[in-house]
Amino acid sequence: MASLPDLVCPAGSLPALKAAVDNGADAVYLGFKNDTNARNFAGLNFDAKAMAEGIRYAHQKGREILLAINTFPQAGRVADWRNAVDAAVDQGVDAIILADIGLLDYARQRHPQQRLHLSVQGSATSYEAINFCQREFGIRRAVLPRVLTLAQVEHVIRNTSVEIEVFGFGSLCVMNEGRCWLSSYACGESPNTVGACSPAKYVRWDKKPGTMETRLNGILIDRFGDDEPAGYPTLCKGRFDVQGETYYALEEPTSLNVLEILPDIVRIGVRAIKVEGRQRSPAYVAQVTRTLRAAIDSLTESGERFHVKPAWQAELAKVSEGSQATLGAYSRPWR
Amino acid sequence: MNGRFTIPKFRLPGFVADLGQKLPQWPHALVLVGALNAALKMKLLPESELTLLEGKLFRVRVLDTGGEASYTYRDGLFRPLFSPRGEPDLAFAANLSAYLQLLARQEDPDTLFFNRELEITGDTELGLIVKNMLDAVEWPSFQTRLPHFRH
Repeated sequence: MASLPDLVCPAGSLPALKAAVDNGADAVYLGFKNDTNARNFAGLNFDAKAMAEGIRYAHQKGREILLAINTFPQAGRVADWRNAVDAAVDQGVDAIILADIGLLDYARQRHPQQRLHLSVQGSATSYEAINFCQREFGIRRAVLPRVLTLAQVEHVIRNTSVEIEVFGFGSLCVMNEGRCWLSSYACGESPNTVGACSPAKYVRWDKKPGTMETRLNGILIDRFGDDEPAGYPTLCKGRFDVQGETYYALEEPTSLNVLEILPDIVRIGVRAIKVEGRQRSPAYVAQVTRTLRAAIDSLTESGERFHVKPAWQAELAKVSEGSQATLGAYSRPWR
Repeated sequence: MNGRFTIPKFRLPGFVADLGQKLPQWPHALVLVGALNAALKMKLLPESELTLLEGKLFRVRVLDTGGEASYTYRDGLFRPLFSPRGEPDLAFAANLSAYLQLLARQEDPDTLFFNRELEITGDTELGLIVKNMLDAVEWPSFQTRLPHFRH
């Protein structure tokens, strides 16, 4: 069997980081408290002091810290993003996850020794794009967008020496990573500009007898019955009236879950499995990390006889958006 | 899953809420505000986020006990409000078990929200600030006193 992939888990706070480390993450990824990362939500993320403490905690236990600077520098403010790269190097993070090629170039020139990863927001879906970033910026790893089938992921791996990281669990969106402006359509702000999709200040949940309405900047995007599971208040997961029929026209609220195909992911040589959810609480990080750790460890022990335990699936289903899970593009039968 | 103590999801019988609604509500508010102010004294809550709570009206409703607490944050202290005027800036509603699961960091609020076990109405950004502020707190003594929830 190929060597086991690293388990890369999210943290939006110090307790979440510790929960990831304590429950078996090999690496934890985080962001600064500003719009240089795509989870720029009020009260979330790390200031310099919390990050130093988090890095100390992880390194003590032999784990890695990856720092996401995965938004795109805005006009006139390029210095803010460059300063974030410098600060990450000063903090001693194990790798910086970057999306913007201008910033990759800056990091490469300024800090040639720093390990760089290409973010999912960089939207590189082909080995040509990945090898370009390796040649020009020396990236050591690329995180693949959640649009490729397993066979396509394997094709990429066979044609590059860059480590490949894929998503293993977490909320799905329309996956037009690094290029999605849907949120801006409703409220003028999106992950690429302010570091947040559907910023909370535009979200309203109105409870009425028997239903709950979700509005984004006043636009009605969904209406739930009392027993219906809810999702995040994003346009891509809204239900819309299309030619007289009201349904999830873009994407259903759902979570990716790759447990079923874990042996294949290892077989094709994926280097790291990533968990989505820096916006979630320490409880989620602990639950998901513990479950995926158990599944990956069980692969080493049982090899070919690996089977997915119902308890793992139950634990992951509970924390899933819309309370349902999918294999996403990995298992898409059509081309 | 591995023998840890967990708080089950439960719902108290309807008569508890019927009774609870007839009881005075001020003890709930006092207990909640007392706990929050204790956290303030221990400097567990970050200054930068606390300023964003200034003058806001919060309401926490426990559906299956019929209990309700309203409070505000003003001049560096949380203060109970016994006869709040107008709609709260931020309101939470859930059954007792959901609040206990949140407090013990057994479930995260997004999970409870997705599963419709936690209602958040009013200013969503304020809700996120409160949620993230509480998530970032490291409860030193709290964790040693509670049953151990991790490995």
